[in-house]
Amino acid sequence: MNARLKHIFSSTPLHIIVVLIAFVWTLPSVGLLISSFRPEDAVRRTGWWTVFQHPFNFTQFQLDNYIQVLTAGGMGHAFLNSLTISIPATLIPITVAAFAAYAFAWMEFPGRQVLFVIVVGLLVVPLQMTLIPLLRVYNRLGLSGSFLGIWLAHTGYGLPFAVYLLRNFIGSLPKDLFESAHLDGASHLTAFTRLALPLSVPAIASLAIFQFLWTWNDLLVALIFLGGMEKVAPVTIKLASMQQSLGQNWQLLTAAAFISMVLPLVVFLSLQRYFVQGILTGSVKG
Amino acid sequence: MGTLSVYVGQVLSMLLAILVGVGGVAALYVIMDFLVGFLPDKAQKRVLPWVFIGPLLIILAFYLVYPTLNTVYLSFLDASSEHYVGLQNYIFAVTNPAMHIAFRNNLLWLVLLTSLSVGLGLVIAVLANQVRYETVVKSFIFMPLAISFVGASVIWRFVYAYKPVNVPQIGLLNAMLTSVGVEPIAWLVNKITNNFALIAIGVWLQTGFCMVILSAAIKSIPTEIIEAARVDGANGWQIFWRIMIPMISTTIAVVATTVVISALKAFDIVFVLTNGNRGTEVIANRMYKEMFSFLNFGRASAIAVILLLAIIPIMVINIRRFQEQEAIR
Repeated sequence: MNARLKHIFSSTPLHIIVVLIAFVWTLPSVGLLISSFRPEDAVRRTGWWTVFQHPFNFTQFQLDNYIQVLTAGGMGHAFLNSLTISIPATLIPITVAAFAAYAFAWMEFPGRQVLFVIVVGLLVVPLQMTLIPLLRVYNRLGLSGSFLGIWLAHTGYGLPFAVYLLRNFIGSLPKDLFESAHLDGASHLTAFTRLALPLSVPAIASLAIFQFLWTWNDLLVALIFLGGMEKVAPVTIKLASMQQSLGQNWQLLTAAAFISMVLPLVVFLSLQRYFVQGILTGSVKG
Repeated sequence: MGTLSVYVGQVLSMLLAILVGVGGVAALYVIMDFLVGFLPDKAQKRVLPWVFIGPLLIILAFYLVYPTLNTVYLSFLDASSEHYVGLQNYIFAVTNPAMHIAFRNNLLWLVLLTSLSVGLGLVIAVLANQVRYETVVKSFIFMPLAISFVGASVIWRFVYAYKPVNVPQIGLLNAMLTSVGVEPIAWLVNKITNNFALIAIGVWLQTGFCMVILSAAIKSIPTEIIEAARVDGANGWQIFWRIMIPMISTTIAVVATTVVISALKAFDIVFVLTNGNRGTEVIANRMYKEMFSFLNFGRASAIAVILLLAIIPIMVINIRRFQEQEAIR
């Protein structure tokens, strides 16, 4: 950022406002984090900010909520389910999209442009349009409540965006690269795996973060295709049903919520750069 | 220890599932490519592209194209998809009072979520741009984007928590109200506040997204232009309104359309916190109810089609923009 633009507003109020906004934005999450370490009784009776009356009294914090929700609460199981769902639901669409993106960018075939426009057009079809027919087919094929079923569903929903992003990236790689590779006798598969893929790592990384967060945080697709089955339920379903059924078991809810957020937050914090990159290139996904 | 071995078992089967699932897909391409290798040269050239895009087309046809067409068809059939009922489901959708509430609320979501997320995102982008700790501030605003709607609902359930007047409040908002002598409000139950309370969560989640994109746009404004305006005696406000806003108006439009789509599709927050009760219904939640609670597939389909129709204008804008980009390349 250029230095001049920095000073178009006066400075002391500016700092106060900026810091205040950041503070207000973070406060709700901090409240939940603190609550998750407080005993049941305290959570029910007093606000989380009361811990600051005795900031160095560490006996007011404990891990019971986490232990209880991970074991008896089944959150540990749900966490593994979420991983089992999200990892393939991230890798499969990227694989399929990368091959297709290469073909759209560097192979000749009839209908190339039309097909690509159709794929991009599918970007904004709301999930809701697909749920009833798919659920019927799933029930007939016995795919409901299976991991394979939800992997493929996430793949289907994620593909238009993935193809759009990767096609633009792979298509913008230098043409000479592929031409000389083919002159050297490289097949398309070789050019794809040895050239296109390694060079597209930044795009693939941001896509992977997106798709991972999207599938990890998804509620609707899991509700529909996993049919509320406890055995395969991911953290989001678990958390939603905890809110609807337990209602008042607040202290467990706080710990469960944090367990569900831990991985996305780690991914976010460690890979923020790629994440921002992805948002900037792919802001079209609805 | 019993639970531990259950976990080990589950981790192993998870790894196996991941390996088979992902490896299977990759192997599919390699095997097909290998098989194509046996064809004569000319045929290879013709067939190979379809090996690369074939799986994509099959998956999209199965998961998006066929279901979309089928849903349109189902919307003209009755609850159990047996008899043709003409436009009855659509007439229901536009005349039913519960649907009216849903339409009203989606409009509220659309207007408030879009204007507040984009507005706040812009303001924060401009302000943060001028401080040295910009990255840190932006991370804080941005962080909710990594959190699920369901998780955010839990966070805000605590902010909105309500206790009767004479009991200590455990929710932040009501504690603040009572500390200045105002009666606590049941934010999610009160019919005047509940929709705004739900939308506020959406704003909290989406502002970071708007901020990041708008911030990048602001940074791309050439220094000379700002400098020239300053030399001509423009003040901060004038630079903001007369130069920054017009120069990033395309980006603002892009961000706004994205938020509009997410407002139209609002579901998770409502589903988890109020399930559409007490006047908070939205279209997507209504569709879910028709589908799962009332098992009326005709009505559910009609509602989905209405949602699609609302999104199509935005889709057209998106595709247009894409083609413009292509033309420039």
